[in-house]
Amino acid sequence: MARIAGVDIPRDKRLEVALTYIYGVGPTRAQKVCAETEVSPDTRVKDLTDDEVARLRSWIEANLEVEGDLRREVAQDVRRKVDIGCYQGVRHRRGLPVHGQRTHTNARTRKGPKKTVAGKKKVRKH
Amino acid sequence: MARSVKKGPFVDDHLLKKIDALNANNEKRVVKTWSRRSTIIPDMVGHTIAVHDGRKHVPVYITESMIGHKLGEFSPTRTFRYHAGQERAGRR
Repeated sequence: MARIAGVDIPRDKRLEVALTYIYGVGPTRAQKVCAETEVSPDTRVKDLTDDEVARLRSWIEANLEVEGDLRREVAQDVRRKVDIGCYQGVRHRRGLPVHGQRTHTNARTRKGPKKTVAGKKKVRKH
Repeated sequence: MARSVKKGPFVDDHLLKKIDALNANNEKRVVKTWSRRSTIIPDMVGHTIAVHDGRKHVPVYITESMIGHKLGEFSPTRTFRYHAGQERAGRR
């Protein structure tokens, strides 16, 4: 059982892929972690030696900000923007997309499930 | 792409002049400006700047945490009232 960066225990997958289950580690960083710690990215997590796990853990701890710390930092950045009332903060507050995407259609990730409005005319194709 | 650090933050000259004048005389006065593109710099902290939104000047009190943002970010250019029938939802 490999426990890296708190509670993440991805097993049976290749190390490179398993590492991306950590919040704050994507494909690029996973590859970098493997390279820096000199562990083969192709080994399955269950086949890792204790020494390798220890190396991964300490390297990530020393070099990356992941999981809780990262989430807290992101939440803080958002809160700051909301508090000072800048445009991005307002978008966060209203639950709308922040980076200038269209909202006429789509934007469902931010807006959540569709709220159907009664009496709204449908656009018909002829 | 981010602006080159070498150049420093961009502030329109006419605005910078006014702010410097206020700081030199230790005055606090609302400064009207159309320069939404100017970066907020430490010199502006504590002043109130009225930033044009295309129709009127929106007073913005500059605080420490606004440094690095642009003035325009604090003066929204669009008015969204609400959709018909949304009043009910809004009252909750």
